[in-house]
This record gives sequence, structure tokens and C-alpha cells, in this order.
Amino acid sequence: MTGQIELEAKNLNFYYSGNIHALKQVSFFAYKHNVTALIGPSGCGKTTLLRCFNRMHDLYPKNRYEGEIVFQGKNILSKDVDVINLRSRIGMVFQKPTPFPMTIFDNVAYGLKLKGINKRTELSERVEKALKNSAIWDEVKDKLNVSAYELSGGQQQRLVIARALAVEPEVLLFDEPTSALDPISTSKIEELLVQLKSKITIIIVTHNMQQAARISDFTGFVMLGELIEFDKTDKMFTAPSEKLTEEYITGRFG
Amino acid sequence: MIFSKKKNPVDLTFSFITGIASVSVILITAGILYVLFKESSLSIERFGFFKFLTLVDWDPVKESFGAAAALYGTLITTVLALIIAIPVAVGIAIYVTEVAPNFLKGPVGIAIELLAAIPSIIYGMWGLFTLSPIMAKYIEPFLQRTVGKLPLVGILFEGTPLGIDFLTASMILGIMIIPFTASISRDAFNLTPAVVKESAYAVGATKWEVVKDIVLPYSKLGVFGGVAISLGRALGETMAVAFVLGNNNQITTSLFGAAATVTVKLANEFTEADKDIYLSSLYYLALLLFVMSFIVLAIAKFLLLKAERRYSR
Repeated sequence: MTGQIELEAKNLNFYYSGNIHALKQVSFFAYKHNVTALIGPSGCGKTTLLRCFNRMHDLYPKNRYEGEIVFQGKNILSKDVDVINLRSRIGMVFQKPTPFPMTIFDNVAYGLKLKGINKRTELSERVEKALKNSAIWDEVKDKLNVSAYELSGGQQQRLVIARALAVEPEVLLFDEPTSALDPISTSKIEELLVQLKSKITIIIVTHNMQQAARISDFTGFVMLGELIEFDKTDKMFTAPSEKLTEEYITGRFG
Repeated sequence: MIFSKKKNPVDLTFSFITGIASVSVILITAGILYVLFKESSLSIERFGFFKFLTLVDWDPVKESFGAAAALYGTLITTVLALIIAIPVAVGIAIYVTEVAPNFLKGPVGIAIELLAAIPSIIYGMWGLFTLSPIMAKYIEPFLQRTVGKLPLVGILFEGTPLGIDFLTASMILGIMIIPFTASISRDAFNLTPAVVKESAYAVGATKWEVVKDIVLPYSKLGVFGGVAISLGRALGETMAVAFVLGNNNQITTSLFGAAATVTVKLANEFTEADKDIYLSSLYYLALLLFVMSFIVLAIAKFLLLKAERRYSR
């Protein structure tokens, strides 16, 4: 189950503008082709941590990182990193479905076109592959030229996953991807994540501890900006070593 | 007591007073419309609708009145003003919402709003004393020497450049509606959810690509609505163009030709109107302007409402 480390945060500190210390000395890693979950109470910093991995915080002024995040042997926090390129290799899916104001096909093709792929045949091929990989092809194959807004919330979320997959990233970050969806859509997405890990590395933030237990191989428990415990999911949910973790997963707070 | 039908007296008084205030607006609008109709009835009877709309004449001596020239003037100045204003306004809005560093966003936003608060007569004066001589001396002769020599478009640049013409008037009008258009476009851009923009960044988009592919399509309706409101303002604007358009009742293809707009005509001629039919025709013009502005504004409101509904989920 274990193997090569794909992404590793070393002594990571993060400050939001105004010097708010949101992450404190976090050391965390994700194995290649595993699902790693981040759990913890609201506002604890798990989303903040997730957004460090593709430098999403750079979009807003005065955010500051300290420490290192190593991705395939390189520190991606260093200044000479091409953030645009980085984000096409470490993709992200958000809490609410975020289809773009265009057709289903164009949504999935968007990232490919940005990379300069314009040949119609290649685009169609890769769009189809991405839609199949995100288990939505059968539902949309007859309406690829329809606006993405026509789809249901669950379908939109799988479309967004297809869009993220189309550029063939090595890592996909999921920020509570099912919290806005109904149970059936949720289970579809969970199944999908488990299937996807044969191809990519997944890090998922979730509020739902059952979800973390069901789909992840490793789990990190974050509280007040610190990584309290990080271990195999089985161990974490049966015999956590920290008292705080035990209290959280047994529902004593949070 | 829970089921008592009696309402709180303070609440009753409150809804009564606010109700009267709201109804009065409708009454005033209806009243204005009524007066315009009544006063213009003489002219409506004499010229009818299509004849008045298409007649170029505006001759108090022969008592022959038509709205074509004034409507043409209004239309051309407005369209030109929009052509000048929209790119600049959208550029400002993009800069303020997406590009500007935080410390600039506030000041630029305030500057736009201040610009919108300048009374239009001041724009008009500036146009007459500053812009018009510059146009006549440098810009218009330059245009005539360059694009004026081209086939087809050359027709737009014929005549003596006096600086009192379509081009100058449209520029002033354009400058005047820039802040307004910019501020509405900015609000429309801000309706784009941050998380959708982030999604585009997350597949490797640059800032320009996010603006082009996400923000602009997302806020299209809102921007159109803003443009339509500006259009309504430009249609009704008098003072900014009164000095620099020349008030000449003619239809000319040249941008260097003097012309008249509906509003300028109304402002200039009401005091001169000595005959009933003259006065009545002016009222008729006013009625047309009223209806035109009303339609444009209704379209604007509709677009803005649709934009908000679609994206405020």
C-alpha cells in the first residue's frame, strides 16, 4: 500500500494577510496513488493546507508561506516555480460544482485548450477519455454541446472532476467535494475517487468522517492550524494515538 | 391573542406612509405621460406617427415639423458615445476588479464615482472651451488627412472641421458615461463567484484567460444591462452636448457636421415656440424621447435582473 511519496509538506507555516498564523509547523505527506484525507473541525486549517499545494493562496495579496512543500523532488514554494504550470499538474475540485459558462464539451476541453491543444480530433479523444474516467460519459455523450448549467449538481461535480482530469494532473486536491450533494451523488463520487487512485494521487478535505474512513488510505487530523496526528486510516479510526484525535472521531467535539 | 386580526397601529401607519410615497412615483410618471400626450395631440393629429418620424423638416415659418433630424442626431451621438465609452469602461472595471493591487482598488473606485457626480453642464463647458478647439485644430484635421482619404469611410470625415459637431459631442458624452458604465460593469464582474475563477486557475489559466473566458461571459448580461442604463442616460443628456453640437436641424453623414438632438432642441426652442403647432410638436418630440428612454431602461432592468437571478444561487 505504501510506496513513493508524491507530495510532502515540511515544517510548513502559512500566514493570511494581516499576519494571521493559519498553519503551524505542519509536516505532512501523501503517497503516490493513494487517497489521503484531511479531517478536523471547521476553521481548523485543513482547506488552508490543501490550498497551499497548488499555491491557490497566491491569488490573494499578502498571503505568506514559510517552510517547504516538495513535489517530485522540487520545492514548489520557491520563487522560480511557474504557478500556472504547477496548477495544471496539481488540480483542484471545490465544494460546490463550478461549471464554466460554456458547453459541457468546452468545459472539459478548457484546460487542454489552455495548454495549446487545438486539434479537434485530439480534443474530442481526450474529452471523451476524461468524461469516461469520471463516470459521466454515458449521461452526457448525447448532449456535449449543451450548456453545463443544464446538468444536475451531482453531474456538474463529476463534470468538474472530468475537467480537472483532462489535463492529466499527477495530483488532484478535493475540497469537500460532496458536501453540497445528495447521498446518491455522493456515493458515486466516492466510488469514482477510489477508482481514480490507480492513476493519480488524491488529497481530500472532508467534514464527513465516515467518508474519510471509507475511501482514504491515510488520514491527517488537523486542529487549530496544527497537524495533530497522521497515520493509516485504519489505525486512525480504530486506535488513534492522540487523545484529541480520539475525542474528535468519537464525536466529543467538532 | 396569537390569532387576533388586529394589526399593530404603528405598523399600520408605517405601511400607509411608505405606501403613499411609492404610489406617488407611479402617479407622477403617469401624470407626465398624460401631459405629454395632451399637449402634443395637436401635432399628432396634424402629422401622424410615421410622417412625424420620417420628416426631416423643422420649419416654424411653414409650420412643417418632423422629428427625423433630431432623432438621427440623438441616435448617432448616443451610439458614438457608447462606442467610445464601453471599451474604456470595461477596461477600467476589469482593472479594478481583477488586476489592480489592493491599495489601488479603493482610490480608483472612488475616483470613478466622483467623476460620475460632476454635473453635466461642467462637461459641456469643458467641451466647448477645451475639447472643441483641440478637436478643431489638431484631431479633426489629422483624421481628415489620414482616414478621411480612405474610400468608403472617407465620407464620415468630410467638411470643415469646426469642433462643433458629432464627433466632439459624442466624445464628451462618452467621457461622461464612462464612470457610470464602469461602475455597473464592476458590480457585474464582482458577481462572478471567486470559486469559479479559482477553478479556472486550478486547470492552469492565467489572469487574462480567466477574465476572457470566465469573468466576461459570466457577467455579460450585467454589463449589457449597465450599457443599456448608460444608453438611457446618453439619450436624455442635454447640457453636455448643447454647446458643442451646433443645434442644426439636418441629417449629415459627416462626423464633422453640426446637428441637433431631441433634448438640445427642447432646451433651445421652448421659449421661442410662438405658435400652438410649434409648441405641440416640441411636446411630441418630448413624448418620443420619453417612450424611447422608457423602453431602453426597461430592457436594462430586465437584463440586470436576469443576470442577478442566474448567478446569485
